[in-house]
Amino acid sequence: MDAFVTWFVGLFSNWGVVWKNFDYLLFGAYPQGPLGGLAMSIIMAVIGIFGAFWIGLAVGLMRLSKRPWLSWPALVYIEIVRGTPLLMVIFWFYFFAPILMGRSVPETESAIAAFIVFTGAYVAEIVRAGVLAIPKGQTEAARGSGLSHTQTMIHVILPQALRNMIPSFVNQFVSLTKDTSLAMIINVNELTLSARHIYTRTMKAPMEIFLAIALLYFVICWVLTAFSRKLERSMSRYQARTNGK
Amino acid sequence: MNYKFNWALIFSGEYGRWFIDGLSVTLQLSGLSIILALLLGTLLTTMRISRVKPLVWLSVGYIEFFRNTPLVVQIFFWYFGSDPLLPEFFKEWLYRQNIEFATGVIALSTYTAAFIAEELRSGILSIPKTQLEASRATGLTFLQAMGYVILPQAFRIIIPPLISQFLNLIKNSSLAMTIGVMELTYMARQVEAHTFHGFEAFTVSTLMYLSLSLLVSLAINQYNKRCLHVRSR
Repeated sequence: MDAFVTWFVGLFSNWGVVWKNFDYLLFGAYPQGPLGGLAMSIIMAVIGIFGAFWIGLAVGLMRLSKRPWLSWPALVYIEIVRGTPLLMVIFWFYFFAPILMGRSVPETESAIAAFIVFTGAYVAEIVRAGVLAIPKGQTEAARGSGLSHTQTMIHVILPQALRNMIPSFVNQFVSLTKDTSLAMIINVNELTLSARHIYTRTMKAPMEIFLAIALLYFVICWVLTAFSRKLERSMSRYQARTNGK
Repeated sequence: MNYKFNWALIFSGEYGRWFIDGLSVTLQLSGLSIILALLLGTLLTTMRISRVKPLVWLSVGYIEFFRNTPLVVQIFFWYFGSDPLLPEFFKEWLYRQNIEFATGVIALSTYTAAFIAEELRSGILSIPKTQLEASRATGLTFLQAMGYVILPQAFRIIIPPLISQFLNLIKNSSLAMTIGVMELTYMARQVEAHTFHGFEAFTVSTLMYLSLSLLVSLAINQYNKRCLHVRSR
């Protein structure tokens, strides 16, 4: 029993390390040094999802096209990226961005580029599914009223499809927020690497440090997931329906 | 761009062997993890749909926590930080194993189990409730009804999503390199570090991952066509 009490008390005695370094977990060495920690993770995730949205939109529409010279490159891109681990994509950008650009590329930029290219393929699949989910009657009616194919896409299909896709985008953003932790492998000082820095510096309380950052990630991701579930429920009321449903 | 390709170097000597070793560790890691993840996932789902409140909370808490935290953080937690939490006999057993590999299996299977549990649950929810009621009425206990009536049907439906979870697991196993498990990505880095021919090394390992995932997608499509009579695409 005594052993149990000592063990149980021990679980709560080391959190001071986390507390003392909490500002480093949130912002890195900023403002004295470079930005890092949670702030860096969020910045990378936001830039990443913004870039991935445009790539995903373009590639998703290309994939839907009936012209093979548009749909094939899109298909190849999607399948290659979805079949490769993100870590591999990050290494590709880390090692070959400098060779291609002919100058040294900061790790943060390589990581963000990798996130954009990687997430873009997943967003493309969301866009494709979203457009396919709009009932065919919508396209037929729009074409019937004299709109061109492009006009139909821009004015009729996409506004509906994109709105329905919002929950999936939020989920993708949650995945990306978790994925930013992989940037630590090429030395980008985001939340996970900040935690490792603290652990290497203090050599104390690894359980507390890694639980603390897990909780930080969890709070962000869980709040966003709950938000997307709520959106999904409230939006399903306004869907255009297919015949007979 | 002044980069001289040297494909022969990558396959000559020990480097080719390294890739094969890496691939085999990746497969062992994912194979062992998917089995444990299936067991744990089934347990979580059973808890989730039981009517016992504490079990439901435990299962929901587990699923939400493991799904909403990054796998790397979980791997680090198990590798560096789990020491105070594990019982003595388990630690003794663990330290006699290959500790990196064992940690990798624990982290990957506990993580994947949360995703599998969600897939299983949606599979079970798609089985009409009357099936459970009918089997309960014929005198089966809850566990029997689950084991003989509901789960066999649910597993059939969720085999395609389960296979794609396996695919995710194979890709996620690359993260085990962060604690020094010598799987495919780790080996690609090793070859890169020894030869300075990163392009070739990463091409070979990427192609290996791609062919694994192509094989798995083919399997899903075949299953859909043969067993579920769904036309793909």
